[in-house]
Amino acid sequence: MSGRPDPSRAGFDDRLDERKAKAGRWKAAFLAAASLAVVSLAVLVLSIVDDAFGYVVIRYAVNPAELTDGRELAELTDGELLELLQAQAPARRLRALEREAPLAGRGHDELLSLIEAEILKPEIAAAYSLAESLFDKRRIVEESKAEFPDGYLSFRSWLSPSFLGSSLNAKPLSTGVLTAIKGTFLTILVAMATALPLGVAAAVWLEEYARDNWLNRLIQASIYNLAGVPSIVYGMLGLAVFVRLLAPLSSGAVFGLAAEGMEANGRTVLAAGLTLALLVLPVIVISTQEALKAIPSTLRASSLALGATRWQTVWHHVLPASAGRVMTGAVLALSRAIGETAPLVVVGASTFLTQDPTGIFSPFTTLPIQIYQWTSRPQPEFRHLAAAAIITLLGLMLILNAFAIVARQKARAKGNPS
Amino acid sequence: MTLTERRPLPPDTAAAPGQAEETATDTQASPWAIEAQKLNIQYGDFHAVKNLDLRVPRNRVMAMIGPSGCGKSTALRAFNRMNELIPGARADGKVLFHGQDIYSPGVDPARVRRWIGMVFQKPNPFPKSVYENVAWGARINGYKGDMDELVENSLRQSALWDEVKDKLKDSAYALSGGQQQRLCIARAVALKPEVLLMDEPTSALDPVSTAKIESLLAELKTRYTIVIVTHNMQQAGRVSDRTAFMLLGDLVEEGDTRELFLNPRDERTENYISGRFG
Repeated sequence: MSGRPDPSRAGFDDRLDERKAKAGRWKAAFLAAASLAVVSLAVLVLSIVDDAFGYVVIRYAVNPAELTDGRELAELTDGELLELLQAQAPARRLRALEREAPLAGRGHDELLSLIEAEILKPEIAAAYSLAESLFDKRRIVEESKAEFPDGYLSFRSWLSPSFLGSSLNAKPLSTGVLTAIKGTFLTILVAMATALPLGVAAAVWLEEYARDNWLNRLIQASIYNLAGVPSIVYGMLGLAVFVRLLAPLSSGAVFGLAAEGMEANGRTVLAAGLTLALLVLPVIVISTQEALKAIPSTLRASSLALGATRWQTVWHHVLPASAGRVMTGAVLALSRAIGETAPLVVVGASTFLTQDPTGIFSPFTTLPIQIYQWTSRPQPEFRHLAAAAIITLLGLMLILNAFAIVARQKARAKGNPS
Repeated sequence: MTLTERRPLPPDTAAAPGQAEETATDTQASPWAIEAQKLNIQYGDFHAVKNLDLRVPRNRVMAMIGPSGCGKSTALRAFNRMNELIPGARADGKVLFHGQDIYSPGVDPARVRRWIGMVFQKPNPFPKSVYENVAWGARINGYKGDMDELVENSLRQSALWDEVKDKLKDSAYALSGGQQQRLCIARAVALKPEVLLMDEPTSALDPVSTAKIESLLAELKTRYTIVIVTHNMQQAGRVSDRTAFMLLGDLVEEGDTRELFLNPRDERTENYISGRFG
């Protein structure tokens, strides 16, 4: 054949160059979108890390160097520390401390923290971001010397073991997120323990049993719509039902279990967990339905053809085969629940808890609530605390998701041995 | 045996061929395993099976042939109420099994399917081990005997035992397509059913696997009544004793397979089997 097609094959103009150019433009656009997403995530992470570490200037009510003639406090013996405490602290405080527990019987670390709290009384005079600390150290040193001649400059990681292990208190230097971590954990536990069985059961009914009639279509449409309802609305519902209406139940009073000394009037972990359960219920129902839809009908047919009942078919074949996808939905629901703030504010998260939650009838705060509160404080040091708490929240989320993913893999391996 | 009340399983019809014949004559109220009377099936507005009258003889292989969409698979699924799983499907008329209409109120489809088993077009083993695939159906139906023995017997009956005896604990998905289909047959015969319905059981298989299953049918019919839907007329000719030809929802002709292929009474049958359409 010559270079020219014969006339019977004419009528095409493939414009291949033009098509390829167009494909190239789209490819570039997709790459740009992906890059933009990655960059914004990086910016987010950097801005959090930037606040979570950096130099701080600490000022003391009594200069620690003068207190010990230049020796390190930690080097002193228990006896010397006790002497120091008795010499310097006000007598009234000493009596109060003595009443709590004999001072002489307290350990080294406890004495140290008592001296810090009662005598040194450290306070943050200034706090710097990580970027400043790394790239502008000289300015920080000069500035802090000029402004706070009696201050001590040191590098501080706001996220630290003591931050994770300390309960909430009012002092930025010694406060921690343990209270909020416990609250988050308990709340999520209540929410998932309620929503997962309920949601899966509802999905099984809708997918495996319900006939296709107007009532079930209405229920289905409602579930889709509920998944899109703003979370604050669930907060209002939780407030009306779990906090107000069911106060005796959610505070534990009907069981005689109301947390003593911290009456919550229904604003408890239980009420918050149930509110979050309502919030994630549609998510779980929908994702479970999708999981069930993905199971080929031939699996059901082969089970039913052996004389199995619908329930046996669902329990022995359909649910095990879909367990992996169900768990994926549960992970999504969990991620949503763990980050919710608005409904918990409405349900009555405590703004300041002096005691860690001990059970489902305790008043609660959660990590997002804690972050929200710290960011709304005017003092700059709370911004750094919030950043550390955000990293904690993200870490907690990753850990819980990792657990869920492991569970999912196990479920998959069990549902399908091939 | 009745379908409406709970009764123990009938005597072991699958134990040995001789015994099977005995019990067959024993329960023989009629020579028909299944009898469809004025059976109509509709999917919404579509009339898939029209006024079907068909009698399936006991311990024979009956083939149902016809072009795509003629209603042969629909009719087959109606014989153990599997058509009910399709939304919008309606059946009226009667399907008699031991003289009792399986569609009469009070009959549980689970019990119907337990006695009238089914093998599907595509091999669809459970995502479980080979052993569990065979044992599961027997277990949920309350089999009290030795499960290992039942599994072995069922696998032997479906000519699969020698190939899988060393991998009973392996996933059924690790078997080839033909082995999977024979596993599905083993799974069905483990319940010791009376009838096996097969819906194009070889259409997804290669010729070697197909030949294995075809030769298996001759064995199986000594113990079970078999109704097989097939697209393949040669297959119908090879494996069946009787053949039913359906067209557009109607049963055109039913008769002895050789007779139907050699001397079709109806012109439409002749056109179809001579390959003029379909």
